Amino acid sequence: MRTRIGASVICALFAFGQAIAAGKGPEKEQLKLGFIKLTDMAPLAIAYEKGYFEDEGLYVTLEPQANWKVILDRVITGELDGAHMLAGQPLGASVGIGTKADVVTGFSMDLNGNAITVSNEVWALMKAGLAVDEKGLPKHPIPATALKPALEKFKVSGKPFKMAMVFPVSTHNYELRYWLAAGGINPGFYSPSDVTGQTRADILISVTPPPQMPATLEAGTIHGYSVGEPWNQQAIFKGVGVPVITDYEIWKNNPEKVFGVTKAFADKNPRTHIALIKALTRAAIWLDDKNGANRKEAAQILSRPEYVGADYRVIANSMTGTFEYGRGDKRALPDFNVFFRYHANYPFYSDAIWYLTQMRRWGQIPDGKPDAWYVDTAKKVYRPDVFVEAAKELVAEKKANAADFDFMSDGFRAPTKDFIDGVEYDGRKPNAYIEKLALGLKGQQKIESGNVVGK
Amino acid sequence: MSSASSVKAVDVAVLPEAPAAATPAKPDVRAAGKPYFPRVNAFIDGTIRLLSLIGLGFLKPVVAIFRGEDPRAHMRQLWLDLGAPVLAMAAFLLVWSQVSQGIQTSLGQIPGPTAVWEQTKALWADHQVQREKAVAFYERQEKRNAEKLAEDPAADMTVRKYTGKPTYIDQIFTSLKTVFAGFLLATLLAVPIGILCGVSKTFNAMFNPLIQLFKPVSPLAWLPIVTMIVSAAYVSANPMFDKSFINSAITVTLCSLWPTVINTAVGVGSIDRDLLNVARVLRLSKTTQLTKLVFPSSLPYIFTGMRLSLGVGWMVLIAAEMLAQNPGLGKFVWDEFQNGSSESLSRIMVAVFTIGIIGFLLDRVMLTLQSAFTYGPTR
Repeated sequence: MRTRIGASVICALFAFGQAIAAGKGPEKEQLKLGFIKLTDMAPLAIAYEKGYFEDEGLYVTLEPQANWKVILDRVITGELDGAHMLAGQPLGASVGIGTKADVVTGFSMDLNGNAITVSNEVWALMKAGLAVDEKGLPKHPIPATALKPALEKFKVSGKPFKMAMVFPVSTHNYELRYWLAAGGINPGFYSPSDVTGQTRADILISVTPPPQMPATLEAGTIHGYSVGEPWNQQAIFKGVGVPVITDYEIWKNNPEKVFGVTKAFADKNPRTHIALIKALTRAAIWLDDKNGANRKEAAQILSRPEYVGADYRVIANSMTGTFEYGRGDKRALPDFNVFFRYHANYPFYSDAIWYLTQMRRWGQIPDGKPDAWYVDTAKKVYRPDVFVEAAKELVAEKKANAADFDFMSDGFRAPTKDFIDGVEYDGRKPNAYIEKLALGLKGQQKIESGNVVGK
Repeated sequence: MSSASSVKAVDVAVLPEAPAAATPAKPDVRAAGKPYFPRVNAFIDGTIRLLSLIGLGFLKPVVAIFRGEDPRAHMRQLWLDLGAPVLAMAAFLLVWSQVSQGIQTSLGQIPGPTAVWEQTKALWADHQVQREKAVAFYERQEKRNAEKLAEDPAADMTVRKYTGKPTYIDQIFTSLKTVFAGFLLATLLAVPIGILCGVSKTFNAMFNPLIQLFKPVSPLAWLPIVTMIVSAAYVSANPMFDKSFINSAITVTLCSLWPTVINTAVGVGSIDRDLLNVARVLRLSKTTQLTKLVFPSSLPYIFTGMRLSLGVGWMVLIAAEMLAQNPGLGKFVWDEFQNGSSESLSRIMVAVFTIGIIGFLLDRVMLTLQSAFTYGPTR
């Protein structure tokens, strides 16, 4: 009898302990998060440096990674608990472009922050045909049609025109392709038999890790690239190239990086996931607080070798509301890096669907899919429920203002025409959107032996 | 064979660089003073032996000159041991600082000796700062844990390790730990295999093709395979070692295996036939033959192999760390390259010199061990 009572007491205590674990603290306290040396990893660095992770009871180690492939693979194998990821990576992994795995995101890290840079040689060829303003500086945004003289020159001399982006499913890839296609230049199609995406291409686009972009451009291996900061500003400081357009001008307030974890991690450690997103949201608030007054300090933190490590002045150039297009041509661009404003952190389904439409447009998704498939895939990967839960807790703890969050959203942004070519995008109608785009696969079109077939 | 006798045996052999021809040929008058202070002289002799054992042989002529033994011959020795290397080093620094001023990269000038020295100091200062941060981290954690305990006595009180970045000094120790782990494993595998190959012709015939096949493979080609196998096989909820540590260590093992295997096999194979004949006459058992004859007499070869192995292992480790992004000096170099700041090149230079100096010291350590454990002319 006594033993039975003892056993039941132990059972009750055990259950009580579990209840506490489930109700309060994070399931996993010691975490390792990966990042790539880019200024938009800032929420991670700030959450660490300002002690936001520790406030949530998390002991986080931040570790720089070599490239996006490594980061995704290490998250999948569990060497990293979570990471700074390209918005397209969790989607690509879920669809099965490259490594197939279930990766989810409940936090979008920032908006905008990328640009396209060309080599000095290409810039010299482009410059002649550009419209100029009263000060004699080129008018922005520069359309991709300005590249045509350079393309002609390369064609005549028999050299291929090569550009680089950071990963096949990267935002940079789709932005570069969108810009080129809007200027009537075919960036090339992917197909099951051509995973390099160079079928029918006017410009050969390939992958280079972000921090190596300036060096590769300098070596002459590529003639331009699409990458995040500080690697465009670095090209100016090193004198190896000239940024021609930012992604803000290609698609105003486009979603950029996300914080990705595996679905297994999110299911097993729901409290930890929410705690992480709470800390990251506070960091995002800090970064955009007081009209960007904290940005200088942020740039200082990022310039430490353990984070981005580039020189302070290079990082500050784009982090503090300006952007330098040509040497000395510094212009105000207050929304170049957005970390919190415009509901930047909410993982909108419509953002996910835009990336899926681009994957379809360029053949990474080889067959046509119904609209419902786009919505289902987005819902599988994007988890606004986790974000909303984290935001509600922050509001309850008085660490954030309720007015800053859209708790009533159904996960779709309003239709927008803020693209360089003015085509309207409505996340609820992906197929209709694909039809409207100039170049690319539509309906049931496919790539067969190098040609677009079907309709 | 007692250890004392082995050390004694070394004494004679350790000083082959000594101007042996000069000293006894010209018995100096003052050298005759030696017997008056037998203890002191014995002490000095012992110190000299120890010094040359750990690679400070250049002090020997200094001591000899002070004792007045044939200054001319010893001065020459001093010049060769100390003067010439120092002069060459100075010339190298001069050429370096001159040449570096002329080369402009996109990361700025190639750093000269002063810039590198500045960064060495900066890295050390950074190490101190991180240590202070770690202390603050533990204090915060203690406070938080105390609060947690007050709220809920059953709370989990595990103390979490400092989460900050590893400093340069930490990276050095990580690399050293990894290379020794890999090297130890390689030695434990290679020596028995080598002895088997040397003793038995059949074994040799069996292993030889495998050795020939795998020896030329760059260990970096192994790295992806090792990574995949370790990820799959080394699954544990509470792992004792990091996966990255195991990956790097195994890669070091795979490449530093071969010099030891081959040298051991050669050493065992080339044992003096007379010794074996004596053993046969004395009817020593196979085990005794192995432990008393074969193993000791092949020790010089084994140590030569191990020295080569450690050198190769150290070189490969840096490359493996760079490629696999495993913590260590290689990762430091890669991260700095990626940073592309105006200080990056100087920091990479610091790493280059650190790697070189550590490689040299490792070689010295092996040489010292080799001299301490072997005797006889074959060294």
